Amino acid sequence: MSKKSSAIAEDRSPFLTAKSGHAAAPVNASLSAAQKIDLYRLMVRIRRFEERSLRSYQAKKIGGFLHLYIGQEAVAVGCCSLMGKDNHVITAYRDHGHAIAVGMELNPLMAELYGKVTGCSKGKGGSMHFFDPSRNYWGGHGIVGGQVPLGVGLAYGLKYKGLKGACMTFMGDGAVNQGAVHESYNLAALWDLPVIFVIENNGYSMGTSQARSSAGDLARRAEAYGMSWGVCEGHDLYEVRAFMARYLEEARTNCKPAVVEIRTYRYRGHSVADPDNTYRAKSEIEEYRKTKDPIQVFQAILLAEKVLDAALVEKIDSEARAEADVSADFAEASPYPTADDLQKDVYWEADNPSERKSGGRLFFN
Amino acid sequence: MPVIQYREAIRQALAEELTRDPNVVVLGEEVGQFHGAYKVTEGLLAKFGPKRIVDTPISEAGFIGMGIGASMLGVRPVIELMFWSFYSVAFDQILNNAANVRYMSGGQINCPIVIRGPANGGTNVGATHSHTPENVLANHPGIKVVVPATPYDAKGLLKSAIRDNDPVMFLENTMLYGDKGEVPEDDYLVPLGKADVKREGTDLTIVSYGRAVILSLAVANTLQQEHNKSVEVIDLRSIRPLDIETVLASVRKTHRVLVVEEQKPFCGVGAQLAYMIQSEVFDELDAPIARLSTIDSPSIYSPPVEVEQLPNVQRILKAALEALE
Repeated sequence: MSKKSSAIAEDRSPFLTAKSGHAAAPVNASLSAAQKIDLYRLMVRIRRFEERSLRSYQAKKIGGFLHLYIGQEAVAVGCCSLMGKDNHVITAYRDHGHAIAVGMELNPLMAELYGKVTGCSKGKGGSMHFFDPSRNYWGGHGIVGGQVPLGVGLAYGLKYKGLKGACMTFMGDGAVNQGAVHESYNLAALWDLPVIFVIENNGYSMGTSQARSSAGDLARRAEAYGMSWGVCEGHDLYEVRAFMARYLEEARTNCKPAVVEIRTYRYRGHSVADPDNTYRAKSEIEEYRKTKDPIQVFQAILLAEKVLDAALVEKIDSEARAEADVSADFAEASPYPTADDLQKDVYWEADNPSERKSGGRLFFN
Repeated sequence: MPVIQYREAIRQALAEELTRDPNVVVLGEEVGQFHGAYKVTEGLLAKFGPKRIVDTPISEAGFIGMGIGASMLGVRPVIELMFWSFYSVAFDQILNNAANVRYMSGGQINCPIVIRGPANGGTNVGATHSHTPENVLANHPGIKVVVPATPYDAKGLLKSAIRDNDPVMFLENTMLYGDKGEVPEDDYLVPLGKADVKREGTDLTIVSYGRAVILSLAVANTLQQEHNKSVEVIDLRSIRPLDIETVLASVRKTHRVLVVEEQKPFCGVGAQLAYMIQSEVFDELDAPIARLSTIDSPSIYSPPVEVEQLPNVQRILKAALEALE
């Protein structure tokens, strides 16, 4: 046991377990105090953003669906903190956490939720469709499992072009039974593509529990395709990083794909518009919140490490709340797109008329 | 000028674009070692190697989605569907991802892919292998749809499609693969969205695309020789973008229109054309807009009856004579 984990064992916090040897993993041991604080801050920013967006949704400022990431923060932050400049991320519709974790600013994200032209997709994508290719973040996709072949394609593109890097292709536990996911597994394994399929298992595909939807172990299906696989707990940021770093390195350097399952939990409903009282007990949520909340867990670890103190915890939290409020103010003050914007960003050619080669009508009004 | 087959014209376009741009990669079932189910890609594997000519498993959603993902990074996949009918198992990838990713990202991401393969009836392969989805595809903004009828157009249009920065659906025809025509060996392009007046005339405008153009030209010849009627035949070549101006100019000249399409009629391309023609040049019309489509049932297997189900010269001639009354 390292000195750090000894220190953890002495702490009385219910969020500390004796198994946190993950702190000693090279990818974690090499973190500076400032980097650890940044990771903690990212998780807090995600949570405060999500809470603020929920309030805006309840105030009818946001339309459609809102799939909140609260409870799952250590997964996106842990994985995306390993991206460096060469790795890529694509995910499904519960995409706010990943967007913040890859470094997107809160203002354009909240503005996108509000459907404003200052949104990251100019108000055209909405909650499920955040994108930032400049940060190697390829969305944000609404159809369960539909993004998984795209993730394989990003990995294929990296390999085809001789570029470094791998693609972390996230999906929920509800996606694993989609045919496109299995086709993706086969292609990735067949062609040795640098992709890691990350199953964020929050236990429920909408209102259907894993036991009621999926036969067998989720990640173990990789064995049928000759891929390596693994499972880790998603509430401990150190564990997520230590776990993912191995698979990412294998994908990056040896073009070996893998399927990993990260067990996590969401506190809110599938979407906030959905009833959340038909398929799980409130006590289940409370139990997770009291023992495995990812922010509380990492906070307890960093307090024990003396990286954080109470004052800094308070400062980070109040700053995150303020930043989320600012993003809501920004979104509120921003204009909506107009009907004139409807037919922009549809065709590259229509948006670049001086370079257009085709004739004829592209739109039919 | 060399006279080559339609399939060879497509092969030339692929070879020229593979040579011109290292980002172009050909993917599909049996495109490599097997030389293509319809021999379109014959010889390309030997010339360009397995990195550029990729045999895929039977996994359309997987490899089309993969191609879309790769295109987001700047690869330019040209994906063969053995039959366009198989697009149904990749529907989500084509119509949610390829068509929408530019829009949903606020213009940040492009999808420069081509999906090509045959989409036609007439070879007795039954309802599952005879779909003509140009109307379904064109119903999705973000997608371009091209249907070449001749070897010359097939080569020039495919080269334009591969250079296009938007996703282009390229619908060929197994009944045309062996057709021959003059095709230049040089690097020419046929732009998308430009209709071609394949035959000039003054009494009736036939608007068509794909193999129905070839049939319509034969009918126009018969009408000239046996009925002394002068028929103009317009080949749309592209469904979206649509060169409606060439159609309207012809209607202003002939004042009568027959749309001929190898397509089920309900919500078909002909319905859109008829709407636009009456909307824009109603006063030029001397008769209702006529339309000849595939007879509206699933595609029948029975060989002699399938001939009757599809547009054929007898059905087109009858429809044209009615339109000329």
